[in-house]
Amino acid sequence: MLTIENLHASVADKPILKGLNLTINAGEIHAIMGPNGAGKSTTGYVLGGRPGYDVTEGTATFDGQDLFALEPHERAAAGLFLGFQYPVEIPGVSNLQFLREALNSQRKARGEEPLSGGEFLKLAREKSALLKMDMEMLKRPVNVGFSGGEKKRAEMVQMGILNPKLAILDETDSGLDIDALRICGEGINAIMRAPDKAVLLITHYQRLLDYVKPDFVHVLAGGRIVKSGGPELALELEEGGYEGVAA
Amino acid sequence: MSTQTLAPTSKAEDWRYADQAAVAQLWPVAAEQIAVASGDSRALSIIAREGEHHAREIAIDLADYATMDLRILNAGGAYGRVAVSVRLGRGASFTLGAAQVAGAGATLEIVTTVTHTAPDAISRQLIRSVAGAGATVSYLGRVAVEQGADGTDGEQSVRAMLLDRSAQANARPELEIYADDVKCAHGCAVGELDANALFYLAQRGLPPAAAKALMLQAFVAEAFDGAQDEDQLRALAQAALEAVL
Repeated sequence: MLTIENLHASVADKPILKGLNLTINAGEIHAIMGPNGAGKSTTGYVLGGRPGYDVTEGTATFDGQDLFALEPHERAAAGLFLGFQYPVEIPGVSNLQFLREALNSQRKARGEEPLSGGEFLKLAREKSALLKMDMEMLKRPVNVGFSGGEKKRAEMVQMGILNPKLAILDETDSGLDIDALRICGEGINAIMRAPDKAVLLITHYQRLLDYVKPDFVHVLAGGRIVKSGGPELALELEEGGYEGVAA
Repeated sequence: MSTQTLAPTSKAEDWRYADQAAVAQLWPVAAEQIAVASGDSRALSIIAREGEHHAREIAIDLADYATMDLRILNAGGAYGRVAVSVRLGRGASFTLGAAQVAGAGATLEIVTTVTHTAPDAISRQLIRSVAGAGATVSYLGRVAVEQGADGTDGEQSVRAMLLDRSAQANARPELEIYADDVKCAHGCAVGELDANALFYLAQRGLPPAAAKALMLQAFVAEAFDGAQDEDQLRALAQAALEAVL
């Protein structure tokens, strides 16, 4: 589904990613772990197409397409979803209005019919119930006045509504209490555990991986993947820290 | 008499950002008079969208405890000016919600003079302006509090959004206070659309123009919150924004 080869990327001319290789197949869940400053969030932003994150070398192929040739909204329509570590507040724009426009823009780009108001509300109700989020919150402006945990749950509701093929989730577990962590973890499984979908979890901690069991764990350090393994690697890191592995 | 027929020049403070050539064509601008009687309420929406040039001059007199809710959508042509002067009696209340949407090269301006003549009157002004490439949007707002107008409560909130490096916004809130015990606040900001928010919306699938339109709608909608014809004003503002993007 996603093949990244020799990816180099810079932010403000400072090289952050230095030869990252990663292949994610349909049906797989991958976790990237690593110390602060290793390039974890940069990986997500580069794949999402954030302005200011410049690819200087290497390729990424998503579902047979050259990912870097697509604009951010085209990547979304192609099925790539980026869960933000810090979801952005947008005053005055309601979640429902924004999500309906976003979903119908994606559908239009794929040559599908737009959802009617009624169909959309049914979908939104179903996905908020899945994340145990009050529908009333979706009538409020995007992320404005939401607590850290509510923002992350709202991200998962968005993911449920937009129904991507590949979700890259940047520290979805940060800022969550124990109950919210479980709800988000179960939400990720319900929405994304499917033979035709894949997930890339970016995280510091094992705790999210207790709920969303990864098939592969990678250690990112110095802008490259320095070690890959199965779920047991996350446990080793939890015990021994990154120092031993990254050295 | 002859001096009255001469169009003002940019040396006149209230006209310094005006499109002088357009003003010369429009001159003289007839003043429209509105009087609201003691204890009465009035609501009015001014929609300036059609025509190449337009200018309105409105004088409002609010008697004691009168209320006026004025909304303005200034969004058309190459030059558009709405000038409002308001005199407030005791306990009167004046609300202005105004949005300006200036397409490429246009010059739009709102000029207000709000005079609190007696105690305990309230004025609230909220102006939201959007300027496209080469456009100029201005708000010149004077709040005067006359001697004895104690307990005055005045507020001006002015924001402008520039869509291009060549766009320009002028904001000049001005206070002239000759009374004690007065509460007057003004806030003013000129900026660009938040790049983080635009990327967030794009990452969810909105093409750039749609993402900008959504954010700008929210930005100008504040000017029409609570208006009796809020839905119509919002729809017209949206159409004006779509024409600019």
